[in-house]
Amino acid sequence: MNWFMRFAKSTIGLKITMAISGLVLFAFVIGHMVGNLQVFLGASALNHYAAFLQSEQLLLWIARIVLLVLVVVHIWSSVVLTLRAKVARPQGYRKWQSKASTYASRTMRVSGPILLLFIIFHLLHLTIGSVHPDLQHCAVQASGDLQCFAYQNVSAAFSLSTAGTTAAIQGGIVAFYIVAMLLLGMHLGHGAYSMFRTLGLTNPRYDKMARAFATAVAVIIVVGNCSIPLAVLTGLVGQAGGH
Amino acid sequence: MNLTLHVWRQKGPSDVGQFQTFQATGVSKDQSFLEMLDVVNDKLELAGKDPIVFEHDCREGICGCCGFMVNGKAHGGQPETTVCQLHMRSFSDGDELIIEPWRSAAFPVVKDLMVDRSAFDRIVQAGGYVSVRTGSAQDANAIPISKEIADRAFDSAACIGCGACVASCPNASAMLFTGAKINHLGLLPQGQVERFSRVQAMTQQMDAEGFGPCSNHEECEAYCPKGIPVEVIGRMNGDLLKAQLRGRDS
Amino acid sequence: MTLQSNAPGGDIETAWDRHRFDMKVVNPANKRKYTVIVVGTGLAGASAAATMGELGYNVLNFCFQDSPRRAHSIAAQGGINAAKNYQGDADSVFRLFYDTIKGGDFRAREENVYRLAQISNNIIDQAVAQGVPFAREYGGLLGNRSFGGALVSRTFYSQGQTGQQLLLGAYQALSRQIQAGTVKIFPRTEMQDLVVHDGHARGIITRHLVTGKIERWAADAVVLATGGYVNVYFLSTNAMGSNVTATWRATRRGAYFANPCYTQIHPTCIPVSGGYQSKLTLMSESLRNDGRVWVPKNAEDAWNAKAAKVGRHPGDIPESDRDYYLERRYPTFGNLVPRDVASRNAKLVCDAGHGVSFEGNGVYLDFADAYERLGRKEVGERYGNLFDMYQRITGESAYEQPMRIYPAPHYAMGGLWVDYNLQSNVPGLFVLGEANFSDHGANRLGASALMQGLSDGYFVLPYTIGHYLGIQGPRKSSTDWGEFAQAEEQVTDRINKLLSIKGKRTVDSFHRELGLELWNNCGMARNRHDLTTLLGRIPEIRAEFWENVSVPGSAGDLNQTLERAGRVADFLEFAEVMALDARQREESCGGHFRVEHATEEGEARRDDVNFRYVAAWEYQGVDQKPTMHKEQLEFRYVKLTQRSYK
Ligand SMILES: Cc1cc2nc3c(=O)[nH]c(=O)nc-3n(C[C@H](O)[C@H](O)[C@H](O)COP(=O)(O)OP(=O)(O)OC[C@H]3O[C@@H](n4cnc5c(N)ncnc54)[C@H](O)[C@@H]3O)c2cc1C
Ligand code: HEM
Ligand code: SF4
Ligand code: FES
Repeated sequence: MNWFMRFAKSTIGLKITMAISGLVLFAFVIGHMVGNLQVFLGASALNHYAAFLQSEQLLLWIARIVLLVLVVVHIWSSVVLTLRAKVARPQGYRKWQSKASTYASRTMRVSGPILLLFIIFHLLHLTIGSVHPDLQHCAVQASGDLQCFAYQNVSAAFSLSTAGTTAAIQGGIVAFYIVAMLLLGMHLGHGAYSMFRTLGLTNPRYDKMARAFATAVAVIIVVGNCSIPLAVLTGLVGQAGGH
Repeated sequence: MNLTLHVWRQKGPSDVGQFQTFQATGVSKDQSFLEMLDVVNDKLELAGKDPIVFEHDCREGICGCCGFMVNGKAHGGQPETTVCQLHMRSFSDGDELIIEPWRSAAFPVVKDLMVDRSAFDRIVQAGGYVSVRTGSAQDANAIPISKEIADRAFDSAACIGCGACVASCPNASAMLFTGAKINHLGLLPQGQVERFSRVQAMTQQMDAEGFGPCSNHEECEAYCPKGIPVEVIGRMNGDLLKAQLRGRDS
Repeated sequence: MTLQSNAPGGDIETAWDRHRFDMKVVNPANKRKYTVIVVGTGLAGASAAATMGELGYNVLNFCFQDSPRRAHSIAAQGGINAAKNYQGDADSVFRLFYDTIKGGDFRAREENVYRLAQISNNIIDQAVAQGVPFAREYGGLLGNRSFGGALVSRTFYSQGQTGQQLLLGAYQALSRQIQAGTVKIFPRTEMQDLVVHDGHARGIITRHLVTGKIERWAADAVVLATGGYVNVYFLSTNAMGSNVTATWRATRRGAYFANPCYTQIHPTCIPVSGGYQSKLTLMSESLRNDGRVWVPKNAEDAWNAKAAKVGRHPGDIPESDRDYYLERRYPTFGNLVPRDVASRNAKLVCDAGHGVSFEGNGVYLDFADAYERLGRKEVGERYGNLFDMYQRITGESAYEQPMRIYPAPHYAMGGLWVDYNLQSNVPGLFVLGEANFSDHGANRLGASALMQGLSDGYFVLPYTIGHYLGIQGPRKSSTDWGEFAQAEEQVTDRINKLLSIKGKRTVDSFHRELGLELWNNCGMARNRHDLTTLLGRIPEIRAEFWENVSVPGSAGDLNQTLERAGRVADFLEFAEVMALDARQREESCGGHFRVEHATEEGEARRDDVNFRYVAAWEYQGVDQKPTMHKEQLEFRYVKLTQRSYK
């Protein structure tokens, strides 16, 4: 195990840890988005999908724990690496000019923590419900079926006219979601590209493709995820579409 | 032309250091950057003052001695050009230049613009070689090597060990330098036997020297005077991962 | 003292094998009882230190740069010769031997050169095994190019960075030994003196360039691999730090300096552009394969900023007003004549006022014909790197107008005298690489210095030093010997003296002045009168230096001015021996051209009857004339002929 610990603590080992955890989170983000886009198929589609996820509590909790651990691992390695980077340059330059790095690459350490805040907020908002005006949890119906209300929850979460809250608060929440998604896009745009290199999946011939792939995926994620609150705002998704 | 130089002066590793301003007058556009500094130094010497210390030897971009930041750009930032090959025609009259040493914990300042890069030597000592005894080699043509592989190995081997990659990296990482040597030897058939122990030993030493991690900013590649590609970092990471999967220890 | 070459007689082909068999071998278990000092980490020093470390000796290795990898060998561009005959063009050990002797204008020792040609093949094997990425053909085998007027293709190369790749190979081998603990490396440490005890070289005195600390080092033998001295001219293609200090200090301790007047002036360098110039840049000789050399026929067409001559743009000078002087004078070899001939002719046309450059020192190297014949793309592929480098330095594009080139001091054939074992006349002092005089005679062929440095370091010294150590047996060494104290005191005194002058001139101004005197009077063309004048000038410059140089700062600190001052002080003494040697050699041979000794057509005329010897100079004190010793050269295998490139 000695060699393993040495590897795990090494700079490249930590990077690989971050890349693998990031990769799984990345896969989750995609799956999560695809699932949620069912909102456009109507209330019953989304609610059935939600019920399906809730039906296997064991699997659900395993997935949640794995994701939680990965987030912790991801953050932990990023913190260790960031500290190492600071120690490696105790004195900065009076002037420094970038020639190749991107805004996204330079702001990973900003976009990451904001994403963490977002994740926490998102869980409180749409999973736990403590910051939601009226979150309806899934419930077993008399028929024995599990009934979920994801569609109604999403509509209420982003609609300006939801009762029990103000339009200003709701507008702020939507804005936060959209900003967070833009940051996620940036984080992943650089992250996914970075991942290829961190895992040694590089070849000069495919380098451009990796860049294009990462950018495309980032754009899809931003557009896909933002479309949901925007659809609620524009009325495309909402009470009308329900039942 | 006339220029204003703000040059970092530091007596030794424990001195705090500060910027000092000099006027470079009557600079010719055909002068190299170091020749411009030579003239400033001549005046300082005649005034009995300490001239600005900077490292240099070949002055043709191959020994890797020279290197400092000019206006925030390693080696002055011209494509594939060391500061000894940078010429004053890249500047114009009245320019103000900020001249700073490489800044990295692993490269302590020796004096003024000169830093200690012996960390690079220790990374190579950790395993950057093929263990072959003098006189024991077989005929040079016994193992054919495809031109493509030989050329790629050469491209990595062209590193001059100047440290611009570390200096320009926001994390002060030495991944480009270390990756270049690992890649050079790792591509060639002669380097295969020690390929995995080499990558483990060299990257361990790289960490021990206090270089930072890679965030794939790719500033190193952009400022590297020899155009070493960031691909070498990917291959090094991959080799280290493979070495782990094989469960080998060096 | 008569100079014994100690070369084995008899059949030259078996000489080295027989010699190796006859030499003493040190028992492996005993090797670590011997400490060997190696000064220098260039090709010669690094390969020697690595190999001796590997054999088990205790090696102390010094260099003045911050890392052994930065030795001046790193700058070599063109390539390295070997008699592999991979191209099947009838190359052989004998042919390489013959070419090297002839190229050196019959002023080198046959046995040494033959051994060099034999070992050349092992070097390539060794380098490839180390991972040196030589150029390859599409089939995967090693590629070769032809170089420096040779009729066969025997030069191995790594693009334009062969020296770098070979040095990194040696540096890596050295790093492996440093890791293994057999070699201790001392960078940023400059040798200041040699210590001789009981007639044997037993140690050195060094100065640490950062702390200024003066230290004593004792050993069983001392190896100098400190490179060449052409920086005596101030402007040269050598690195700024290249110096004569180590070899000159050894000369002052009794080692003989051989053939100091043999210096090589390389024809294709970028001309001087102004008075601030600090060094000259070499452009690979391969450019002459496709470029045509010319100057304007009418002197008034030539641009010369210093003489306030505007001249005409080269593109506006019609064919009929151009003088392709090499093609005119040497119809057979044309632009491909050897280095010394090309350089001398450039000087002749420039002296006659046809030179084009800032100071009128330059000739055109024109690729217009090549563009027509091969196309721009092909020319770009062959020389694009060099064109880029040229543009970076001059701001001019060789695609748009002819390049301007001029000769520059490049290599020192002379050096400390050594025997077949690479041992100097001081027992226990061995000298390798460019620092010795051994293999290139009066002129070095392209791609043969790298070969010699590695041959000396990897394959010759490790055997011959064993013989010396074996005979001596393990001895006690001590830095308490009186000679150490005395040498250290002299070193300290000299440094303090330099710091106390506090004069009005910079170190560089003296170096420039000395260099210019040498360049004008002991450069490409020499004559008795000018050399005599020069011999009068040198002591004057030296005297002024010691009265009027300004060296600020202190001794106990990093002081780059002090470093340079020490080097220039040694050049100022050494230059005199160089001029003396040039004056006594009343013949023209190789890089040494005496205008009095030329044929009617102005070509070099050797005098094999009177000057077929190596001149080895023994130091007698500053301001004293050194004594010259002769080693007669015998040619048993090669017939002496007059070189002709007409
Ligand atoms: C621009 C250029 C291109 C060339 N191209 C070719 C080519 O294509 N092919 C070819 O065969 N040859 C070429 N040569 C010649 C060749 O490069 C040199 O002759 C050769 O590399 C010399 O090697 P060396 O080991 O003897 O000395 P160097 O490489 O000069 O090493 C000298 C070493 O001694 C150390 N040293 C010196 N003085 C002291 C001191 N006082 N104290 C401590 N250390 C000291 C230095 O630190 C250095 O480590 C070229 C030369 C130049 C200048
Ligand atoms: C949706 C959640 C997240 C996903 C999908 C994700 C994905 C990724 C990926 C793929 C990488 C690239 C790894 C590599 O370089 O190989 C990465 C890097 C990074 N992540 Fe995340 N991440 C997420 C959340 C976070 C959070 C919450 C933080 C911090 C609190 C964070 C901080 C970082 C940092 C700092 C880096 C870059 C470090 C560097 O390269 O120097 N990430 N992320
Ligand atoms: S990789 Fe490039 S920048 Fe870094 S040390 Fe090597 S040559 Fe310099
Ligand atoms: S001085 Fe050698 S690379 Fe600049």
